[in-house]
Amino acid sequence: MAVEDACTIGIMSANPTQPGQPVLSVQALRKSYGTIVAVDSISFTVGRNEIVGLLGPNGAGKTTTINMILGVLTPSAGSIEVEGVDLASHRAKALGCTNFAAVYAQLPGNLTVYQNLRFFGMIYDVKNLRERIEELLREFDLVRFRDTKAGVLSSGEQTRVSLAKAMLNRPHLLLLDEPTASLDPATARDIRTSIRQFTAKGEGGVLWTSHNMYEVQEVCDRVLFLSKGKILLEGDPKTLPEEHGKQTLEELFITVAREPLTLEMQS
Amino acid sequence: MNFSRVLAIVLRQSYLVRGSISRVLPLVSWVTIDMVLWGFTTRYLNSFTQFNFAAVFLGAMLLWDFLTRVMHGVTMAFLEDVWSRNFLNIFATPMSIAEYLAGLVLSSIATSSLALVVMLLVATLGFGLSFFQYGAILIPFFLVLFLCGIALGIVGTAIVLRLGPAAEWFIWPVPAMISPFVGVLYPLATLPTWMRALSYILPPSYGFEAMRAVVAGGRPSMQGLVFALILSFLYILLACWFFQRTYRVAVNTGLIPRYSAESVS
Repeated sequence: MAVEDACTIGIMSANPTQPGQPVLSVQALRKSYGTIVAVDSISFTVGRNEIVGLLGPNGAGKTTTINMILGVLTPSAGSIEVEGVDLASHRAKALGCTNFAAVYAQLPGNLTVYQNLRFFGMIYDVKNLRERIEELLREFDLVRFRDTKAGVLSSGEQTRVSLAKAMLNRPHLLLLDEPTASLDPATARDIRTSIRQFTAKGEGGVLWTSHNMYEVQEVCDRVLFLSKGKILLEGDPKTLPEEHGKQTLEELFITVAREPLTLEMQS
Repeated sequence: MNFSRVLAIVLRQSYLVRGSISRVLPLVSWVTIDMVLWGFTTRYLNSFTQFNFAAVFLGAMLLWDFLTRVMHGVTMAFLEDVWSRNFLNIFATPMSIAEYLAGLVLSSIATSSLALVVMLLVATLGFGLSFFQYGAILIPFFLVLFLCGIALGIVGTAIVLRLGPAAEWFIWPVPAMISPFVGVLYPLATLPTWMRALSYILPPSYGFEAMRAVVAGGRPSMQGLVFALILSFLYILLACWFFQRTYRVAVNTGLIPRYSAESVS
C-alpha cells in the first residue's frame, strides 16, 4: 500500500482484502416504492483500478443505485459490499472507504474551501489532515481559493472542491454522479485526467455516471447500460456500439433510451 | 463513538458563528433583552413591597431562557445542514447518528454557555440578582433544565428532518408552548388540576419549584430533584430514539437525497 489511510487500516483489520476482490460488489439490488420499481434486482461489480460507467436515460435508476451505495437509501432487497464489507451491517466501515461527488451535492457555500475540507476530513477521520488538505489544494489547483467561501466560486471551481473532498480519505470506492456536468471542456478534461490518475496510482475503483458519451468512451473501462431499473447491456464502451450494430456510443444510448426492447431481444 | 466526528460538528459551528454577526447577535441579544425587561419590571414591583421580586421573576426568566437557548443551540446546529442543503454530504459519510447528535449537543453547550454568562452578567451587575448566594443546591436543577433543553432540541430536529425545511417554524414556539405548564413565573399550586397533572411529567416544573423554595428560604425537594433527573434522562433517550426512527424512515423512503422537495405533507 502506497499510503496508509483510515480506510485501509479499518478494512485490513476487519476484513483482509482478497486479491482480485472487487472494491464494490452489488448483488440483486432492488428498490421499490409501493408498486413502482426504481431498481430491479441488478448485480454488478467495480474492480480495483477500474472505472465503470453507469449509463442510462433520466429515470433509469442510476442515482437511486448510487444513493443506495452511499447508504442514504435503504434497498428493498439485495446486498452491497465495499471491499468485502457489508454496507447494511457495517455502515461506518464500508462508508469510511467510500466517497462521492455529485453535481447536485455541493458543499456548504458558507464555509471556505479549507473549512469544508477540514470539516469533512475530520468526519472521515483522515490522518495527517493538514498535510492531506494542502496536497489536495495543490492537486486540484485550489490554493488561491483556500480562504474563499465555496458558495462564491464558479461552478467549475466548486466541482473541483467537491472532488477534493471526495479524495480526502483516499477512497477505495469513488462514486461520481455527472462530475463534469456544467463544466467547460478544458476543466472537464482536467477532471477526467485527475480521476484516471486516481485509479492508476491507488487502489481505488470508480463508478461514474455521465450523459457525455465522448467522455464515457474516453474514461471508462467498462459500461453498464441501465433502463427502467435493469441492466440492459454491459461491456467495453469502445466495442459495445459495434457489437450491437451501432456506429457510436451515443447512438447506442439513444436506442437504450427509446427502444430498450430491441436490445433486450438481441441480448 | 469517534470523537473526531463529534468535534467536526462543533468545529463547523464555530466556523459559522465566529464569522457571522447574524449568528452571534441572536445568541446574546434576546437573553439580554429579557434580562433588562424583567429586571426593570421587578425593580418597579419591588418599589411597592419588601418582597424581592427580582429573585423570583428575574431568576425564573434566566432559568427559562437558559433552557430555551440549550434547545435552540441543538436545533440551530442542525438547521445549518438544512439551510446549506448538506444532508447528502453529511449522511453519506461514516458518521453515525449518535456521533451527529453528540456533535449537536456539544455545539449547544458552547452556545448556551455564552448566553448563560451574558444573562448572569446582566442580571447580577444590572439588577443585583446573584444566583451564587443560593449555593450549589441550584446546580442539579440547572442540569435538569439543560437536559430538557437537549431533549426538546433533538425532538425538534427530528420533526424538521421528517417534515422538511419549512417545519422549522414548528420548533421555535415549543418552549413557549410548555412554559404555562412548568410554572416559570408562578407556583404549580396556581394551576388547575388538569394542567398540574401535565406539570408533574415535565422536569422543568421541579426546577422552578426548587428555585422558589430556595428564594423563600426553604429547602428544595430532593425527591423532586431525583425524579426530575430520571425523567430528564428518560426524555433524552426517547428523543434520541425518535430521531433515530425518523432517520430510518427518511432513509427507507428516500427523503435524504430529495429533502428540499418537502415530499411529506
